[in-house]
Amino acid sequence: MNKKAYFEILRPGINSTLQDIGRQNQYHIGIPFSGAMDKRNYLIGNQLVSNKLEKPVIEFAFQGPRLKLKFGEVTCAITGNVSFNIIKKNKTLTGQCYETFNIGMDDEIDILSTNKSVYGYLAVNNGFEGESFWGSYSVNTKAKIGSNNGEKFSKNEKIYLADNKCISNKKKISYINSKIEYIRVLEGTNFNYFSKEATKIFFNNKFIVSKLSDRMGMRLEGLKIENKVSTNIKSEGLIKGVIQVPADGKPIIMLSDHGTIGGYPKIAVVISADYDRIVQSVPGSNIKFKLVNLSEAENLYKLYNMETQNILSQIR
Amino acid sequence: MIKKISNLGDSALYCDFGDEVNQLINSRVIKVFKNLRKNMIKGVTNITPSYNKLIISFDLDIINFEQLKEKITLMKIQDIEEDGTKVVEIPICIDEEFSLDLSRISKKLNIDENDVIKVFLSKEYFCYMTGFIAGMPFMGDINKNLRLNRLETPRVKVPKGSVGITEQFCNIYTYESPGGWNVIGNTPSKIFDKFNFNNPLKIKPGDKVIFYQINKKKYLNWNE
Repeated sequence: MNKKAYFEILRPGINSTLQDIGRQNQYHIGIPFSGAMDKRNYLIGNQLVSNKLEKPVIEFAFQGPRLKLKFGEVTCAITGNVSFNIIKKNKTLTGQCYETFNIGMDDEIDILSTNKSVYGYLAVNNGFEGESFWGSYSVNTKAKIGSNNGEKFSKNEKIYLADNKCISNKKKISYINSKIEYIRVLEGTNFNYFSKEATKIFFNNKFIVSKLSDRMGMRLEGLKIENKVSTNIKSEGLIKGVIQVPADGKPIIMLSDHGTIGGYPKIAVVISADYDRIVQSVPGSNIKFKLVNLSEAENLYKLYNMETQNILSQIR
Repeated sequence: MIKKISNLGDSALYCDFGDEVNQLINSRVIKVFKNLRKNMIKGVTNITPSYNKLIISFDLDIINFEQLKEKITLMKIQDIEEDGTKVVEIPICIDEEFSLDLSRISKKLNIDENDVIKVFLSKEYFCYMTGFIAGMPFMGDINKNLRLNRLETPRVKVPKGSVGITEQFCNIYTYESPGGWNVIGNTPSKIFDKFNFNNPLKIKPGDKVIFYQINKKKYLNWNE
C-alpha cells in the first residue's frame, strides 16, 4: 500500500488555514466569498509550483506554521514578505520567497513571520487534499465550512498532500510587495449621511489599523466620523471592501470573511485594485484614503490585473 | 420594480426597491433574485437580497457596471413558481436557561412574561432574507407591542439556536455568534445544514414561519 505524503504540524501558527480562489454565489444564504486574502500572492504561489491557479494553498498570518513532511517529497514555494527556514537533517537553511524548493521525508519548513505584512502563502505542487464546500476548499472558521471541518490548523494535525513528487526545474521570480501611499475608494451608497467635516476627516486624516482586525474585517482608529442622518440603515447586502461606520464613528473595512448583511452606513468602498494591498496592512500602521471615480477605479483594476498576468507569465 | 440602480464599489450593482420594509417590496426583491438565479448572467458572482435592496456582485475581469446595469434594466422579470413558498413550523423552548432576555423584555415593555410569549407565538411570520451568518433568517413583523431596540452592548456569544427579537423582526442564530438581539428562547431545530449543499436552509426568503412551544424534555430529546 502506498503511504500518503503529509505534513505533520509541529506548530500551527496564529491563523493558518487552507484557502483557494473563494466561494461564489452563496451570499444569499449568509456565506461570504472567503478565499485567499491577497489574491496576487496566492496566484504567484500556485504558478511557481506549476499548479492550476485554483488549487488550495496554506494561508498564514503573522507567525506561520512549522511543518514536517512525512513520506515522499514535494516542491514548495512561499509567497509574501516572509521569513522562513528549511530544515534538512541537522542543517538549517534560510528560505527565499518567490522561488521553488524541494523537500523530502522528515524535512521541515519553519515559517517564522510575515514582515511588515499580515498574510503569506505556502503552495505545494498539486495542492493539498481537502473537502470542497460549494465549489471551494477555503476555510471559513466562523461558519465552520470548508476543509479541515472549517477550522484553522492545530498542533499535531496532518495536512495531506494531493500528490507526492517533485518537479525538476527550479522556478523563481523577483517580486517586491509594494506599498501604496493611498487606499483608493469610491463613494459608498450612504456617503451623504456624513457631513462635510466628516468626509474631510475621512479623506485628510490618517487612520490607524486596530488590533481588532481579522479575515472578517479591519477596524480603524482615528478621529470620529460623525454621521448627520442615522447611525443605522435597514440591513442590506455587503461586499468585500465596503467601509461601514457604526455609531462610534470608527470605520470598519469588510474583508473576505465578512458578514453578508450589515446595517451600518457605508461611507466608501475600497477599489478592487487596492484590495490585495489593504489586507496586508498590519495593526498599528497608517492608512490614508483617496477618492476616485468609477471609470478611474475600473482602469486601475485593469492595470493591476495586467500587472498580475504579466508576473504570472514570466514564471516558466 | 427596481427604482434605482447605482454602483457599490467598482464590482457590484446596488438595486434599490424603496425605503420601506414591507412584504410587497420584499417579494419584488425576491422575485428579481429568483429570476437572476434562474438565468445566471456571465460574470455575476453573488446576488444578495435583503428587505428592500438587491446587491449583485460581479467579476470585473468579465463584466463591468455599465454592461451589467444594461442587462438588468432590459431583463424580463417572470413569475417563478417551481420554488414556491411554504409554511415552516419551528419548535421553541422558553426555559429560563434559553430565554436570556425575557425578564428584561417583560420589564422594559411592562408586559407579563407569559404574555410576551403568548403574543410572540400568536403570529405567523414572513422570512424577508437570510444572511449575516450562514442561514440566519430575518423574519417579521412582530406585534407592535413587542418591539424594542437591540441590546446596547451586544453579547460576545449568543448561543446556537437562540431566537431573538429587535424592532419589527425576529431571527434565529444558526450557530454561536456575537449578536445584539433580545433572546426569548431557543430552538433545537436544524435551521442550517452545511452538508446539504442543494438545500441547506430550512427557512428561505418568502417562507412563512410559525413558532410553537416545546418543553425542555422535548428540547433535549430533539432528533433531527
